[in-house]
Amino acid sequence: MSFDDAYGALTDHDDDTRWAYGTGFADPLAGVPAAIPPGVDRAALAEYCLMLGDDALIMSHRLQQWVTLAPELEDEVAIANIALDLLGQARLLLTRAAEASADVAPAPAAASSAAAPAPVAASSAAGDAPVAASSAAGDASTGARGEDALAFGRGPAEFRNVQLVERADADFAHLVARLLAFATWRLAVLDRLRDTADPILAAVATKAVKELTYHREYAAHWVVRLGDGTDESHSRMQSAIDALWPLLAELDHEPSPLAPTTWRPEFNAILSQVLTAATVAEPAAAPAESSAAAPAESSAAAPAESSAADASLSTEAPDAVSAVDDAAEMSLPGATLPPTHRGGGGGGARAANFEISPLAESGRDGVHTPALAEILDEMQGLARSVPGGVW
Amino acid sequence: MSPSAAEVAATVTDPEMPMLTLADLGVIRDVRQDDGGVVVTVTPTYSGCPAMDEIRADIRRALAGAGFDAVEVRTELSPAWTSDWITPEGRAKLSAAGISPPGPAARRHDGPVPLVLGAPRRSIACPQCGHPESEQIAAFSATACRELRRCPVCREPFEHVKEI
Ligand SMILES: [Zn+2]
Repeated sequence: MSFDDAYGALTDHDDDTRWAYGTGFADPLAGVPAAIPPGVDRAALAEYCLMLGDDALIMSHRLQQWVTLAPELEDEVAIANIALDLLGQARLLLTRAAEASADVAPAPAAASSAAAPAPVAASSAAGDAPVAASSAAGDASTGARGEDALAFGRGPAEFRNVQLVERADADFAHLVARLLAFATWRLAVLDRLRDTADPILAAVATKAVKELTYHREYAAHWVVRLGDGTDESHSRMQSAIDALWPLLAELDHEPSPLAPTTWRPEFNAILSQVLTAATVAEPAAAPAESSAAAPAESSAAAPAESSAADASLSTEAPDAVSAVDDAAEMSLPGATLPPTHRGGGGGGARAANFEISPLAESGRDGVHTPALAEILDEMQGLARSVPGGVW
Repeated sequence: MSPSAAEVAATVTDPEMPMLTLADLGVIRDVRQDDGGVVVTVTPTYSGCPAMDEIRADIRRALAGAGFDAVEVRTELSPAWTSDWITPEGRAKLSAAGISPPGPAARRHDGPVPLVLGAPRRSIACPQCGHPESEQIAAFSATACRELRRCPVCREPFEHVKEI
């Protein structure tokens, strides 16, 4: 292979499933012992890997959409690399989900929701067609077939990603605000999973923490650069943070028993650190009376715009971490969520005066904005039109 | 005397940094050879490393070419790969190719991973002219494991393998 001849480097091979050209992706967990340790609840592990994998997959896709649209070429390279890291995390996690339980794999066509694509046709399970996805749950439980079936064979209602990752970005400030929140949250969560009982999830988390540290730093620098920049960039950054804030409530709704619960103080402290450096105001607490009996129209009518109103602009700089932690319960929009969404209780427990806004419904329960269906239309387009295709 | 399986595997180059062998990069963790065949254990550099399939195939191809037919390539995710595993020889090859080798990876302390905003990073010397300082142009480069920098003296841009 010649270092100076890129074309030669790509072509001086003799096999036909080239990663640079084709679709010959092998199982990302190839050669990794698949055993689930005793005491690990397979269904819970599968569900949680699915949630974390879907978060990474959909966020990766949204990032990919910015390639060719970013302010500078260097940022497109950065965004593409971050998207690739997340895609790698998604592949490992979806593969692990399928290994842990075949039940998370897409159901056969009849059972899919109306919006779901027809599952890709079952094709030869021979090892020489590693990407041939299958609609059969049993076949989907192993290797590349598992990840592909999960990525390309499910409809929106079967995805478990938080709504935060599926949002379209109004501008670059919105992207870096969302990426800051996502990377900070994911880093804090996965850092707490480094010693989780399943060795694969623990290893994926350990690796991901290192990658997310760079992702978070990239997003944080852009938030500071825009927030502490021109009047125009500051205004856009403030708007992006205001639009982001209502989306953060959903992160407190974590139905998995495997999910760490202690990440919030770290998350709040990092966001405060960045917003302070960016001279961007942390959106203020909702008025006490509205968090006690939040009328749906105030929290749901215009989630992206309402928080930009002057009433929600903080007048005091968020500084001390402890103060931020204390204030978090009040200032973060999670405080306006109905109790049922915090405790996971039945629908009957909902107070009558709470109307559930779309934002109060969680992607973790399969409730998504229309944006997810748009993403899947694009992401799954080829898999739907050429079921099981390999080239 | 024909080379051992470990010696053959050590000659396979990285698809994305072909001036380095997989052994230079620290990706090959173990090569075991017994009557049943050869088992090579590799650890991916990054979660999304698109070259892992390629690396597995290249290892099998190199060993097959040397007469080792029964080859299994295992993946070991833990401990995670770190740039500290790049060998001294690998670092010398990077420098010779105009790529600045990584410094020591940050040691992990108890508590949250700190976010450092705007603090000066450690000095990274220009691999072209040797000037001890350089500036970062971009935090990512042609691959996730490299960043883009520029020398203030010779003005040449260069890549630096990130500490991870
Ligand atoms: Zn120089």
